[in-house]
Amino acid sequence: MDLSSISPVLLVASIMVSATPILFAAIGELVVEKSGVLNLGVEGMMITGAVVGFAVAVNTESPLVGFVAAAVAGAVLSLAFGFLTQHLLSNQVATGLGLTLAGLGLSALIGKPYEGMKSPTLPKLDLGPLSDIPGVGKMVFSHDIMVYVSILLVAAVWAFLKFTRGGLILRAVGESHDSAHALGYKVVRVRMIAILFGGACAGLGGAYLSLVRVPQWTEGMTAGAGWIALAIVVFASWRPWRILIGAYLFGGVTVLQLNLQAAGAKVPVALLSASPYLITILVLVIISARGAHGAPASLGRVFHASN
Amino acid sequence: MNRRTLLATVAAATIVSTAAWADDAVTAGFIFIGPVGDGGWTYEHNQGRLAVEEAYGDKVKTVYQENVPESADAERAITQMALAGADIIFTTSFGYMDPTLAVAAKFPNVKFEHATGYKQADNVATYSARFYEGRAVQGHIAGNMTKTNKIGYIASFPIPEVIRGINAAYIHAKEVNPDVEFSVVWAYTWFDPAKEADAARALIENGADVVLQHTDSTAPQAAAKEAGNVITFGQASDMADYGPMPRVSSIIDNWGPYYVDRVGAVMDGTWTSGNTWDGIAPGMVGIGEISDAVPAEVKASALALKDSIASGEYHTFTGPLKKQDGSDWLADGETADDGTLAGMNFYVEGITADIPN
Repeated sequence: MDLSSISPVLLVASIMVSATPILFAAIGELVVEKSGVLNLGVEGMMITGAVVGFAVAVNTESPLVGFVAAAVAGAVLSLAFGFLTQHLLSNQVATGLGLTLAGLGLSALIGKPYEGMKSPTLPKLDLGPLSDIPGVGKMVFSHDIMVYVSILLVAAVWAFLKFTRGGLILRAVGESHDSAHALGYKVVRVRMIAILFGGACAGLGGAYLSLVRVPQWTEGMTAGAGWIALAIVVFASWRPWRILIGAYLFGGVTVLQLNLQAAGAKVPVALLSASPYLITILVLVIISARGAHGAPASLGRVFHASN
Repeated sequence: MNRRTLLATVAAATIVSTAAWADDAVTAGFIFIGPVGDGGWTYEHNQGRLAVEEAYGDKVKTVYQENVPESADAERAITQMALAGADIIFTTSFGYMDPTLAVAAKFPNVKFEHATGYKQADNVATYSARFYEGRAVQGHIAGNMTKTNKIGYIASFPIPEVIRGINAAYIHAKEVNPDVEFSVVWAYTWFDPAKEADAARALIENGADVVLQHTDSTAPQAAAKEAGNVITFGQASDMADYGPMPRVSSIIDNWGPYYVDRVGAVMDGTWTSGNTWDGIAPGMVGIGEISDAVPAEVKASALALKDSIASGEYHTFTGPLKKQDGSDWLADGETADDGTLAGMNFYVEGITADIPN
């Protein structure tokens, strides 16, 4: 086995690109779940973001406008989820699953005319001297802007939840919506904002897939990335920085298995292909065994002011 | 794809789901593995479908269904098409083999044509193209062009058709460049752009400066373009949008004449089952324009190779050749028979990887 052909620098760079879509979706879902809402529609919102982002980027020839449109599309779709679960008090699990199915179908319809087209891609950011550092420069400082946006977003969510009054209110709503309500906080409004944020993030993740990682539009192209994002939130025990670790770990294993194959490692291919999923399961088992879940206490529970 | 074709798709789906139509026109149905806009495999089958419409005008109707998985869903989709009154149904992926046979047994009056398979019945014919002839030309160009002596190959599933392609490309790359090495990545999918792009990147990062693909989307071309100094070949379709670099040539599947011929046979009642396996000579396999990125002398020798295959003077698998394990396969000057090729499940000598099972 000769693994010397795998370059660590390029490997890390690929991992960052490969992990960014799920990082976006997972950090959005983290905020949603922190507010006590379980939205299983991440996959649907992601793929809607992927197709809308692609379509807008092709028509305007600006990937950044595409990303904005994708965020808006994801948020609009999540609005439907929010309205059903927060105002009509529908079951969150069923509504979320419905959202995924609706998103997959809707995206196939919208995307029909865009199949086989090429999109304008996002240029790599030139960070001047940082990009010129040998090794590290190419590894970390020569990506497109969205990679950094995703990391900044993790930092922002962390700071928001930890240091701001708004973050405290969001967490209060997620831990005990009755107490939060008794203190006079608008539970439904806080949750709606969180749901919109989650939708926008999922949309960005989808657009990253169709505009940067592939870059192409294809029906069903998210191929389960939304579900991985959901698993990563649990994996991270609802903590922002662990989301980053989880997303990079998953992206890492995916890219690494292809690299091992390319380098001719004598490992069974089927095992390599399944390895990202096996690792996710393994980590979930370890976390469950430890007992400390860290899940918001009101997660998935329906709130109505009259209760 | 524009709105008109979208409407046509919707209309076709409606027709399929409602009932039989007037019997004066012959109806040809097509089952596709990917979207017709994949720019590769399914795109070319759809071009064949359009050629049928072009050739017979009002006398023929065509219907198709896209994105049919190679699972129980395939049987349902084929059955539905047969029930809706299709007279001949083309199932265009290897994995539709058993579903096609199963449905054909229930509809003895409907003709079935299964692409790339090997099981026939009275009303099931098989057809395929000798893609490996095109692979030989690609291997020849790849062996000449590589500077790192590493050629990446994105394979789909470990089936004879794919293994044949890897062997044909390897033999002809090795012939012109004894130092050449192949790294094969199995994607286990025909069509998943994200995975195909990741696989291409992994190969490139491992030093490959030529990427061959046996998957259907243009994603590897996009990845190679991004990388810069990497060449690729269009797969199934010309993929000319990616030329002159990274796409330096291509294998083009040309199904049109065969489809026109077979639908015509249904019309005049002369259709019989059989197995068609055509290559470069009859035009079922085309070699796309070799771009200027290829040096003139390489282009000339590649075209000479193509011509010698087309004229029948040279066979892609000509001995002496050994199997990967070192055992003899073909003696000097001996050529492989179609039976061995159709069931090929071994690498030739020199390829270092193992075929997954």
